[in-house]
Amino acid sequence: MKLKNPKDFWSGVMFTIFGLAFAIIVKVHDYPMGTASRMGAGYFPFVLGCVMAALGAVIIAQSVVTSGTPVSKFAWRPLVWVLGGFVVFGLTAKLLGLVIAIFLLVMISAYGGHEFKLRESLISSVVLAASSVLVFIVGLKLAFPIWPEFLGWG
Amino acid sequence: MDQLIANLSLGFGVALTINNLMYCLIGCLLGTLIGVLPGIGPVATIAMLLPATFTLPPESSLIMLAGIYYGAQYGGSTTAILINIPGESSSVVTALDGYQMARQGRAGTALAVAALGSFFAGTVATVLLAVAAPPLAQLAFQFGAAEYFSLMTLGLIAAVVLAHGSVIKAVAMIMLGLLLGLVGTDVNSGMARFSFGVPELSDGIGFVAVAMGVFGLAEILKNLEQTEEEREVFLNKVTNLWPTKQDFKDSWGAVLRGTGLGSLLGILPGGGAVLASFAAYTLEKKLAKDSSKFGKGDIRGVASPESANNAAAQTSFIPLLTLGIPPNPVMALMVGAMIIQGIQPGPQVMVERPQLFWGMVASMWVGNLMLVVLNLPLIGMWIKLLTVPYRLLYPAILVFCAIGVYSLSNSPLDVVITAAFGLLGYVFVKLECEPAPLLLGFILGPMMEENLRRAMLLSRGDATTFFTRPLSATLLAISVLLLIVIMVPAIRKKREETFQED
Repeated sequence: MKLKNPKDFWSGVMFTIFGLAFAIIVKVHDYPMGTASRMGAGYFPFVLGCVMAALGAVIIAQSVVTSGTPVSKFAWRPLVWVLGGFVVFGLTAKLLGLVIAIFLLVMISAYGGHEFKLRESLISSVVLAASSVLVFIVGLKLAFPIWPEFLGWG
Repeated sequence: MDQLIANLSLGFGVALTINNLMYCLIGCLLGTLIGVLPGIGPVATIAMLLPATFTLPPESSLIMLAGIYYGAQYGGSTTAILINIPGESSSVVTALDGYQMARQGRAGTALAVAALGSFFAGTVATVLLAVAAPPLAQLAFQFGAAEYFSLMTLGLIAAVVLAHGSVIKAVAMIMLGLLLGLVGTDVNSGMARFSFGVPELSDGIGFVAVAMGVFGLAEILKNLEQTEEEREVFLNKVTNLWPTKQDFKDSWGAVLRGTGLGSLLGILPGGGAVLASFAAYTLEKKLAKDSSKFGKGDIRGVASPESANNAAAQTSFIPLLTLGIPPNPVMALMVGAMIIQGIQPGPQVMVERPQLFWGMVASMWVGNLMLVVLNLPLIGMWIKLLTVPYRLLYPAILVFCAIGVYSLSNSPLDVVITAAFGLLGYVFVKLECEPAPLLLGFILGPMMEENLRRAMLLSRGDATTFFTRPLSATLLAISVLLLIVIMVPAIRKKREETFQED
């Protein structure tokens, strides 16, 4: 069957899944529901989750009768490289220091763009790393190690 | 009147200290800097720059944030006029006539009129804020838990109705936001919810991570979808900044009307700058004797929406500062910033921390003045930024974001969560789900739950309390009315038209 309004259909699916997930977690972890006058930790999220799942179902139902444009293609390349670079920064900032973490972030994320020019990205990563050290560590005194801690350079 | 002058002079006393002037200036400059970058609006800008303000004392921090907000708005109009890329949705209509003016070699005039109109609107709106805030705060002191719950409901519903896009999807986005806001320790029972044993999550999901991911990262991902096109930048044509007598004559009426309309719409929940600029442009076009020039470089098409969006930007602080309810996502970020500074937004801020309150009000005016005096001459520099190709810009923005999130609590997990919200934000873009209601819900989630519980406790579990208390009932009635009205097909069509770009 061909979807008439794919954007709405998938939005509905997303909301239903999220709503059910929250409601189910409340039940599985047994958050206390309490009573209407003394609401427990589970009351509000459970009700919200159920209402949201219901809304999702309505959106799905509506998407069958309305028509809409298809969901445009995911641009996987930037998605993977940009978010990947971001995560790599988070994981390496403490271990390898700010300079290397920035270098990795710039190189990885730049690779996800339309045209990747190695020399250009190398230069910009060096410039960005140097200026970040100046602004954030020397200037704003943020607690980042500059170089890998195990090298003992401080 | 005496009270007003005393309040304002207290405020200027705070805003005009060397330190705070400097933070206001830095805020304006940084805001403009990020704001001129195409595709990055005020919400993303503020989210990115938030971490930079957290170490400051509360007054300075909020003054700087307000500065960032105006700067970002202003930067958005600059790109709208010069390269036809509105940096934010509230300058979409500015681009219509502003860009045409630039093509006719009148970029300087358009920029100056936008700045002067904004300054005028900002001045009026600041006075309005100073006058309207105290009585509104008085009213807010009479609110109990039930009223607050109903008020937040109204705020959220109004935000949906006045925004564009599908209503039901927006309501679902609010709920998702509310739920995400509940992640973390339940204040009443001390129980960690939805944290899956991860200690960092028991403090809740950081709102910087949500805002930066959904607005900042998702924006970058969206921009990277298209190949870079050659932008036509009117680099050398920005001369003759000062408008001619005729320009003043043509635009002052539009500035006045824009200011009035914008001030009014800014106070409404969900209103804010976007609605104000669209409405002002439409009004101007309707009123004009000869509307054929609109869209072809009519100066009124720049003056009116620019005044309106600045007025609205200013008056949207009124519900935030008096009721503690953010009317739009930018204000939601301000709430987050206040909470991190240990300030619970609400009517008590004005009474307990008059320096903070009036200092912020005064700094709004100072910030607007700075934008005119300092930023207008700097336009050449901002334009140069636009010639930097995006492939070099976005890694730099990412570095800035990454350092910002990481330094919040030196936690790698925050960075990973931000990336996850970036992915979610990109999915929202793909499915045409407006992210703004999500952010409002996220900020209001814990507050709503708290007030709901308290109201129900006080009424011994009787839910009719929301309908039997007159104030609360009125607020809920308005919410229901709004929802019904928006379902009426004719009005629905009208609403869609208002947000059409032409």
